[in-house]
Amino acid sequence: MTARNYRFAMITLTLALLVTLPAWVGNPYYVNIASQILFWAICALSLNVLVGYAGLVSLGHAGLFAMAGYAAGLMLAAGHGHALAILMALIVTLASTAVFAVLALRATGIGFLMITLAIGQIIWGIAYRWASLTNGDNGINVSTRPAPFGLSLASADGFYYATLVVFLATVATMIVFVRSPFGASLRGTRDQERRMNMLGYNVWLIRFLAILFSGLWTGIAGLLFVYYNQFISPQVAALQTSAEILLMVISGGTGTLLGPVVGAGIVVIMKNVVSAYIERWNLVLGVIFVVIITFMPEGLVPGTARLWRYGWHRLKSRRLAVREKAESAAS
Amino acid sequence: MVVKRRTILKGMLGTTALIAAPAVLRAQAAPFKIGLLTVKTGPLAQGGIQMEQGIATFLKEKNNTLSGRKVELLVADTGGNPAGAKTKAQEVVERDNVNVILGPLAAFELLAITDYVRDKQTPLISLAAAEDVTQRKANPFVIRPSATSAQTCHAMGDYAAKDLKFKRAATISEDFAFGYEQMAGFQRVFEDNGGKVVKKLWPPLVTPDYTPYIAQLGNVDCVFNGFAGSNPVKFMRAYADLGVKTKIPLLAGWTAMDDALLRSLGDEAVGVLSAAWYSADFESESNKRFVAGMQKDYNVLPGGYSAGMYIAGQCVEAAIAKLGDKVNDRKALADELHSVSLTDTPRGPVKFDKYGNVVGDVFIRKCERKGGKLVNTVIKRYPNVGQFWTYDEKAFLAAPVYARDQPPAKNLE
Amino acid sequence: MNLWLTLAVNSIALGGLLFLLSAGFSLIFGLMRIPNLMHGSFFMLGAYFGVTFLSRGMNFWLAALLSGAAMAVIGGVIERFLLRRLEGQVLPQVLLTLGFAFIIGDISLMVWTGDPWQPATPAHLQGALQVAGLFFPIFRLVMVGVAVVIAIALWLMVDWTRLGAMIRAGVDDAPIARVVGIKVSQLFTLVFALGAALAAFAGVIGAPYLSVYPGLDFEMLPLALIVVILGGSGSLLGALVGSFLIGFLYNFGQAMFPDLAYVILFLPMLLVLVLRPQGLFGRVVS
Repeated sequence: MTARNYRFAMITLTLALLVTLPAWVGNPYYVNIASQILFWAICALSLNVLVGYAGLVSLGHAGLFAMAGYAAGLMLAAGHGHALAILMALIVTLASTAVFAVLALRATGIGFLMITLAIGQIIWGIAYRWASLTNGDNGINVSTRPAPFGLSLASADGFYYATLVVFLATVATMIVFVRSPFGASLRGTRDQERRMNMLGYNVWLIRFLAILFSGLWTGIAGLLFVYYNQFISPQVAALQTSAEILLMVISGGTGTLLGPVVGAGIVVIMKNVVSAYIERWNLVLGVIFVVIITFMPEGLVPGTARLWRYGWHRLKSRRLAVREKAESAAS
Repeated sequence: MVVKRRTILKGMLGTTALIAAPAVLRAQAAPFKIGLLTVKTGPLAQGGIQMEQGIATFLKEKNNTLSGRKVELLVADTGGNPAGAKTKAQEVVERDNVNVILGPLAAFELLAITDYVRDKQTPLISLAAAEDVTQRKANPFVIRPSATSAQTCHAMGDYAAKDLKFKRAATISEDFAFGYEQMAGFQRVFEDNGGKVVKKLWPPLVTPDYTPYIAQLGNVDCVFNGFAGSNPVKFMRAYADLGVKTKIPLLAGWTAMDDALLRSLGDEAVGVLSAAWYSADFESESNKRFVAGMQKDYNVLPGGYSAGMYIAGQCVEAAIAKLGDKVNDRKALADELHSVSLTDTPRGPVKFDKYGNVVGDVFIRKCERKGGKLVNTVIKRYPNVGQFWTYDEKAFLAAPVYARDQPPAKNLE
Repeated sequence: MNLWLTLAVNSIALGGLLFLLSAGFSLIFGLMRIPNLMHGSFFMLGAYFGVTFLSRGMNFWLAALLSGAAMAVIGGVIERFLLRRLEGQVLPQVLLTLGFAFIIGDISLMVWTGDPWQPATPAHLQGALQVAGLFFPIFRLVMVGVAVVIAIALWLMVDWTRLGAMIRAGVDDAPIARVVGIKVSQLFTLVFALGAALAAFAGVIGAPYLSVYPGLDFEMLPLALIVVILGGSGSLLGALVGSFLIGFLYNFGQAMFPDLAYVILFLPMLLVLVLRPQGLFGRVVS
């Protein structure tokens, strides 16, 4: 089996498992968990565009995530339809991401991180304080989920499939993005900022567009979140959420497509499933992070791949040695 | 196993004549499941852990059997946020198929799942105080055996105006709905009885230092505070340190002077007056058993969070006794819970209004040091207090829900 | 008038505490470029150690020193055996330090329960100074004194000792420092342990004032970040000025602009970063 065939088989198998998931996990509760993993994965993938490919670490993405959720929730509460609410949410997210980007791009490195953190905290503060708009910590209830093309998303299965479609679209977009010339130039700004400048690239603009792209997908994840929970409150915009998304990306492996998805899976499963069996799940989550980073500083997915290759090489060289030994013995 | 079957048979002989039906027998043998949504990690864990201790104490006392029915408790940690509460509600309802949910702890958690429990027709007994859940947006599946945010504060407003004859008050509480609703209740009754609330301060939920707020209190006869969690500890120390305590008496809501908080407090708490729906030194049979049980198992003085869950357990027990084998019908259970009426609970007699909110006693307590320990001594008891106080129910509900500026504070200076 | 004076004194007290918290953070960040996201956890764990010692009847200052020493060991071990392997890799450092923050938070909850702990103010420091009808709690004034003493000690150490010279060399250019024979790796462990000890010491000093409870860690962490952002990293003077700036901003901001209470610290932080990304006192770092 060639590497290409192997890869094709793996992708087909994964897709088949994802599509048939409601049939084999058994309980709608687990279908819901799968939906949560998928929309957090979308969010982690969108942050990964910045962290992994642009070298810009944001601790304010929860603010953008919440912005989309609030925009949709407020539109619906005002009596508008789902289509308009979603459209409006995406416009609001893009607009606020643009402001976010202009402010944050005053710096790179740790400065960028701090600016995004401050912006995230300010959005959180507004969500709390501007109670006449956001209803403060009482939050906003979203009474119905949309029914695109007449398909209801009210059930766990329906919502899962909708989320899966969006997730696959995200992954496809990310693949195109990474392989595109734009993706290459973004990586260039990460590794060789000065050279890119000298080559005539507008580094600022490239980063700005990358943030917009990331913000848009974060907003889409935020929309899925608000429709899933049918509730939004300031907790969503808190620093903890931003940190969690970042942890998903780093623990899974930055700059990879699978890493953030795996990271999202770990965090969601620990928080929601493992916590039912282990009271000290926060401790376990912390230990998992420490262990991952101690043995695989590059993250779980690239780290596993490295260890796998390493093991395989060892195995191969041992086999080779055995064969050579046998051959030399035979001769 | 044999013993188990026999006790169940005996219980059934007493109540129904359905022993001949094996299917029913099997259904009965399945335990009655209680799902507890609480917070066991993060900043809200304090109250969440107490909730679990309260229901555990009750079930231990009953040997995990309520009115002859075996009971199983499933505990879920929401992490103290709405999304976690929703996921954990799904866990206990859809995966574990519980008969009733107890919890969650915080108002915003409750608000995130009220629509859900209505959709899933699962009864819920909560301590979270969000007013409208038992008022304008009453939910037929929700009952509240503790109090609305304002329920005890109405009484404090009355006491401050009539008994203490205070004229000018300042209020201070966290900048969130529980705080707004508490302060609004105090203000309304206090002002309707001749007092004036001249200052309302709202520090954020996370405030490292309360000094900037305490410095603004100004010239008043009393300060009413509605802090919750670990904040009252910090606030009262600053209040005493800055020398305000010796000049202006401090009044408190139930969470700010909860009995379970006393061991975290020092001299700064002595003399503080509080209005609460539960008091550890209340003399009722069940309260004596409850306090003894909590002392024995956890070595703590119980407060409202554990007492509330103990009472929730008593409500479930009463409903099972009434419904018998019909208790598996969740709608019937929800209806029955609304009509529960108990004469002996740790807080005294308990019944529910048609919105599912408790009608019970409210205690005015004064914190004292007795034998080296802090205690809240009951100095006055308001019997049978409902969520509408003495106001007309219709007019009460026609007005907007209590909020930051609702009812409007007209006497601010 | 009274209000403003009270606020001014309290600003200085809070500033003193913030300096103790953030001086270590600033040194660690400036020297090692490690964004130590468990700094708030050091503060909280130190405070818990302190209240435990105090509940056994230990002298207040001894408890603070002992707690600092214990945290120095813990911090040193984490640096020596784990952080060391991640030198120069910011993201893994973020993950590791946050991972430890989770671990410390959960262990603290397990050991000290969810109840808040607030030790009594040390007996000889109780009471207040009364000037013109105003109350100034003696303990808070002492807190400022302690912060000033420690600031001077740190300044003497950094500016006048061999160790300090090595730290300065390390902050300026670690590779060169290594070339000229400075044992940078030992230095890193030492500075990290010192930073952890200072945070724990601050936790104990702050305990009668802030109390200790679950979640305190993530309340203090952003404060340390803001101080260092405003002051610029690696600069003790910056940390000192930043701390008092935050002390005043916090006290007067909360009193004068209650509607901005949530953003009163982050808005100025944002402004400083946008207008002067290296911080008020920081140097330009390429």
